[in-house]
Amino acid sequence: MTMPGCMGGWRWGVAHTLMAIFLVVMALSFLSVIRLELVVNGLLIGLIMAVGAIGLSLVYGILKFANIAQGDFMTLGAYMCLFLLGTLFPRMNIQGTGLGPFTFGYPMLLALPLVMVVLATLAIGLDIGVYRRLRGRGVSTVVLAMTSLGVAIALRGAVQVLWGGETEQYPRLSRQFYQAPMDVRIPPDGIFIGLVTVTLVVALYLFLSRTRMGKAMRATSDNEELARVSGINTERVIWWTWAIGAALAATAGILLAVFQAQLLPIMGWRVLIPLFAAVILGGIGNPFGALVGALIIGVTSEVSTEWLSPSYKPAVAFLLMIATLLVRPTGIFGVKS
Amino acid sequence: MSLLAVQGIVAGYGQTEILHGVSIVVEPGEIVAIIGPNGSGKSTLMKSAVGLLRPTGGSVNFRGEDITGVAPENIVRKGLCYVPQSSNVFPSLSIHENLEMGAFVRTDDYRPRITEIYDLFPDLASRRKERASRLSGGQRQMVALARALMLNPVLLLLDEPSAGLAPMMVASVFEKIKGISSTGVAVLMVEQNAREALRLSARGYVLAAGHNRLEGPGRSLLSDPEVARLYLGG
Ligand SMILES: Nc1ncnc2c1ncn2[C@@H]1O[C@H](COP(=O)(O)OP(=O)(O)OP(=O)(O)O)[C@@H](O)[C@H]1O
Ligand SMILES: [Mg+2]
Repeated sequence: MTMPGCMGGWRWGVAHTLMAIFLVVMALSFLSVIRLELVVNGLLIGLIMAVGAIGLSLVYGILKFANIAQGDFMTLGAYMCLFLLGTLFPRMNIQGTGLGPFTFGYPMLLALPLVMVVLATLAIGLDIGVYRRLRGRGVSTVVLAMTSLGVAIALRGAVQVLWGGETEQYPRLSRQFYQAPMDVRIPPDGIFIGLVTVTLVVALYLFLSRTRMGKAMRATSDNEELARVSGINTERVIWWTWAIGAALAATAGILLAVFQAQLLPIMGWRVLIPLFAAVILGGIGNPFGALVGALIIGVTSEVSTEWLSPSYKPAVAFLLMIATLLVRPTGIFGVKS
Repeated sequence: MSLLAVQGIVAGYGQTEILHGVSIVVEPGEIVAIIGPNGSGKSTLMKSAVGLLRPTGGSVNFRGEDITGVAPENIVRKGLCYVPQSSNVFPSLSIHENLEMGAFVRTDDYRPRITEIYDLFPDLASRRKERASRLSGGQRQMVALARALMLNPVLLLLDEPSAGLAPMMVASVFEKIKGISSTGVAVLMVEQNAREALRLSARGYVLAAGHNRLEGPGRSLLSDPEVARLYLGG
């Protein structure tokens, strides 16, 4: 697919790049240089990070500041889902685990979209209450980013107050891993993670390239003043951006909790750094670049555990980012400004 | 009643006042040129008229309605469309999508209008899928004009439509403007190419340091010795 908007000066499409990476990885694993299982794990983590990173990139593209609260939005989404699955739904007699091959039950299919909507609403409320007021006073983007740091800390504090600092879990049923060829064990929930993330990415692509509001978002990201004199209500565009960014964060948080089979108040904050690395690697402000960046970072840092301690994963992500920027200062799909 | 009447407008950026009470009028269907040295506030005047800048004094009246301080996204709906001096296309959008954005506020079927626009700008039709960032300066200017025409404006504000173009393109841009005007659209343009602009215009204004300096019919400004000395290269 060719990418809509927010990206220029690239010779390769995202699809080509993904295909090339896929071929290299397959070749390496056939040659037994790397374990395919690590690649699969890395892809799953990469997809989860991609969903969060795409949201970060969209918000950056429109509002021009780094939303540091994205990670803690993920955390809040994961915990809201815990509240639904563990507390509210059981009271309404909505419960169950082990849907199909998955560890969770059908309530997850209700909880996921519900949390997306709640978090999207919360993000719009936050814009009305905080960010819009600051925009109205013409503060710099640095101030906006620092404000989002404040929001991040407040959200994490709220999670800790409401749920405590202990490790939590969604109601789950232990499941056997799938045994795939080449010694690959796939966690059963991996299929769900893949389905949800790919669906969202495709839906977002269609939204940005086919719909009136999607195109207006790309136009606003390109040139806000020109968008306004074309009749686009950019405040409305900003709401859509927050809503989509937060809904993506909610999904990423929930999927991360499913994948790791645990929730911690710090979980989102921890992935914020790789999230930024993915966005920068892919090219700032280009949502589909963020997808590629997240997949590269996910796979590379996972594969590196073959030789390095897992605690070096963030370092690997960052070395990769720096190396890329040295070659291509705008990131893989970035626009020269 | 004038189509556009800007009266004693005072505007600027932050604490800096740039326009110190500028007035201009545009009558229905006429071409009006604004000329003046760099930094005299020509672009600032246009931004104030379309709502991108909130004037601190004076008023803007369009078709008998006071639009001072109205948001730009609401002003365009009234039939006043604007092409900025620079960055006047959406670079990452295709030509076609640029036109669609021009039609953003239309709720009716705007496809017939797009067809008309492609007839008017045949060069664009053959490249409709191409991203605007790939176009040459002249083609980009055409996309910018085309985008602003999507709403069938009553008045078109053009900020230096021929700036930075090769002489051939300059001629064809002026040709387009003449064509647009012949369909009854009023045009208010800022131009560095003062001679060409005044020749095309019914009336002209000379702005200097945020004040009205001179005004009159295009031809008489052309023959004004002061204008000739300052803006027409002797
Ligand atoms: N966004 C801005 N912020 C602060 N000052 C500005 C801004 N835009 C323009 N100015 C200043 O306002 C003054 C008038 O600028 P303006 O762009 O209106 O002039 P102009 O007549 O259009 O000039 P030119 O012929 O160069 O386009 C200049 O001194 C300029 O530096
Ligand atoms: Mg100017």
